[in-house]
Amino acid sequence: MKQNVSFKLNGKSVEVEVNGDESLLTVIRTYLDHTGTKYGCGMGHCGSCTVLIDKEPVRSCMMYAEDVAGKEITTIEGLAQGEELHPVQKAFVEHDALQCGYCTPGMIMNATGLLLKKPDMTREEIIEGMEDNLCRCGSYMRIIDAIQSAGKEMKGGM
Amino acid sequence: MKSEKIHELYFGDVDHPVTTYDRRDFLKRLGGGIIIILSFSELSLLSGCKPKEGEEEERPDFNAYLHIKEDGSVDCLTGKIEMGQGAITSLAQELAEELEVPFESVNMVMGDTDLCPYDAGTWGSLTTRFEGPVIRAAGAEAREILIGLAAKELGVSEKQLEASEGAVFDKNDKSKKISYADLTKGQKIVQQLKKAPELKKSKDFDIVGKSVISIDAVDKVTGKAVYSGDVKLPGMVYATIVRPQVWGSKKLSVDASGLESFEGAELIEDGDLVAVVHPDPEIASKAAQKVNVEWDAPESMADTETIFKYLVDNIAEGETNEEGGALATGREACETIVEAEYHDGYKAHSPVEPHTATCYFEGDKLTMWASSQTPFGTREALAETFGMPKEKVHLKQIFLGGGFGGKIYNPQAIEVARIAKLSGKPVQLAYTRREEFFNDYFRPAAVVKSTSGVDGEGKMKLWEFDIYCAGSRGTGLSYLYDIPNNRTRTFNKGDIHPFSTGAWRAPGNNTTTFARESQIDATAHAAGIDPLEFRLNNITNAEMKATLELAAETFNWNKEKPEGHGYGISLGWDAGTYVAMIAEVKVDKATGHVQPIRVVCAQDMGQVVNPHGAMVQTEGGITMGLGYALTEEVEFDWGRVITRNFDSYHFTKFSMTPKIECVFIDKMDAAPEGGGEPAIICVGGAIANAVFDACGARVNRMPITPERILAALG
Repeated sequence: MKQNVSFKLNGKSVEVEVNGDESLLTVIRTYLDHTGTKYGCGMGHCGSCTVLIDKEPVRSCMMYAEDVAGKEITTIEGLAQGEELHPVQKAFVEHDALQCGYCTPGMIMNATGLLLKKPDMTREEIIEGMEDNLCRCGSYMRIIDAIQSAGKEMKGGM
Repeated sequence: MKSEKIHELYFGDVDHPVTTYDRRDFLKRLGGGIIIILSFSELSLLSGCKPKEGEEEERPDFNAYLHIKEDGSVDCLTGKIEMGQGAITSLAQELAEELEVPFESVNMVMGDTDLCPYDAGTWGSLTTRFEGPVIRAAGAEAREILIGLAAKELGVSEKQLEASEGAVFDKNDKSKKISYADLTKGQKIVQQLKKAPELKKSKDFDIVGKSVISIDAVDKVTGKAVYSGDVKLPGMVYATIVRPQVWGSKKLSVDASGLESFEGAELIEDGDLVAVVHPDPEIASKAAQKVNVEWDAPESMADTETIFKYLVDNIAEGETNEEGGALATGREACETIVEAEYHDGYKAHSPVEPHTATCYFEGDKLTMWASSQTPFGTREALAETFGMPKEKVHLKQIFLGGGFGGKIYNPQAIEVARIAKLSGKPVQLAYTRREEFFNDYFRPAAVVKSTSGVDGEGKMKLWEFDIYCAGSRGTGLSYLYDIPNNRTRTFNKGDIHPFSTGAWRAPGNNTTTFARESQIDATAHAAGIDPLEFRLNNITNAEMKATLELAAETFNWNKEKPEGHGYGISLGWDAGTYVAMIAEVKVDKATGHVQPIRVVCAQDMGQVVNPHGAMVQTEGGITMGLGYALTEEVEFDWGRVITRNFDSYHFTKFSMTPKIECVFIDKMDAAPEGGGEPAIICVGGAIANAVFDACGARVNRMPITPERILAALG
């Protein structure tokens, strides 16, 4: 059943025609051409498709399109302010907390969501909050360090 | 390339240069500037990859080239691809070093089959070892040409000139200079590298040997890096393939009447390939579920538990790979003899990006973006599938979301092109995670049987090592232990496995290193000797010994162990690099849970081009390796792959990651050796030995699960 859904994507209002039962991931990637958000498993196990909905990290592959009406969605494309990278993006670059880069958008969005709530997470809290984001290249150690240093910057800047 | 060929090459030591040399004209496509052709196939390709008889004329004569454009920017074109291993950064570093240009001015063009010269594939930790040196040579050659041009322009002798930061200077009068851009303008100089130009000495390096952050990092943190599934073409449809439940099934009949309720859904049928295409990927997927295919499935011969016996029972023919002394003499000399059998289950590659390809036909030409480690091999396979000339197939440059050997094989590229051919539309095929676990070329299950013995002096006198299905890569004793009476045999059979198997990051060497290092450890313990002392006493190879000593010192082997903690050593050799690893784990005896605490990895990898990049690769290998050691196992009942997603296939997660410390032996004057694979081979053995040290459980089957630890503890 075709219907129109309106929400905010990276600060801009969008209206998109959906069937209603497709995943938010498909809406974002295929209908709205924001391909930074990735498909990894389609079942919410890997976190590659993580976006923020009203500042909460959410697996977009597990969310129906019709459930995001009126919400504010942030994807990896919406983090930087022009050329100025978001503190989490900057920390990922500085720590080289990535290899193939495919899980990176999901990692960054999940980390951003966690840091918005608590910028001064302990190492253990970071591990717990990030546990279900998977990186096959094995950059976990660097990701933890990056999140800690981004937290310091976010705390200072807020 | 045929998968059997890849298998044959990849499971042997990837260390053999080739001697092919042939020709093709790429230069028409290029504009002005200075172009250096590199005929480095002599150095770089694997012996088995040379063209077939009579094909030479169709092949390129060079394997990478460098193009200094008229604006002074530099393109470095290579058939290698970037999948996270960092070649995009380290190769640019090497070129900038020799060419004397700012690192940022190098543009890497990778894996584009129209633009880049032929390459057999990005695998085997070959890039830094074999492509790097030749790219340096090209940079040096171009530098010499530019200095020659500058001498004419400035009216100064070449000897008086020096290149730096993309310009040529008069050594005596630095204000006298001319930029590469000005020198290149209006020129079209094509030069083939024939002799070895003078390379910079390591003491003069400005960029090589310095740590550089990945040059693609900003694109990857902003979502701008483009992968095969991010390509969207006008009028494109998405394909979903209808798969059988059991691998190797043959199609009997198709009932597609269920498609009627999906407007715009189109059935594609081509032999055993049955697919549905639709402009909306989710509708394609839903519609495909309504297509009923009746399959004839092969009968089950073995499953997750019985496969090891099945392999041993069904492979009779073995070949001797290495032999020394006499086994009977060795046996007589020993006071302690240890006999054991080691098992390793199937592992999936599990890149987070599944196999994906997007393509379109236009006239007689096929253009494709594919997550492939072998764009040129994929091009050949496509050309063969459609009976097209290779020149009509174009694989474009694209980022890969991990490969680990799994994207050497590209069934998705053939499937998407067959679908595109029949549908007449641009098509994207992105495997679902379930398909990724079904169509993978899994790391094969394997068995190793070993007998080893030690005399009263703690010297090993006997070594028998029979390897089923893991090949001989990295097993050469001369790199490892000095054991006078030894025999290593391999037992293989091509079609023995229930599904496709193939190269998985340092293929075979993970399994054999686990078996060897567990066996060495067990022998040391049986003889009542400390495992470090035992190893040092049985190694004569100076590099291996120095690497182990560095690891032991960094780890502080003799430090006191907290309750429940254990230390384990593993040594190995892969792709020219010596590895010594020491792991610390904590084992909960009540639950069998293993927590990796710390891993120290020492490597002798020769010259290190990008110390930071090498560190990231080594850390990555160790982190990935913990998965195969502790948690990864594909469950199956013959071709019915029971593992379907990450809830049933567990690779390393955040909480499993230990503190990792990597140390490299300083050898800047040596040739560079492999970096992508070596470290991972030692993880299984180091963990197994640390688990034994912590709780006394000797688990001879990977993954070393809590259940297996509890069973070993009795």
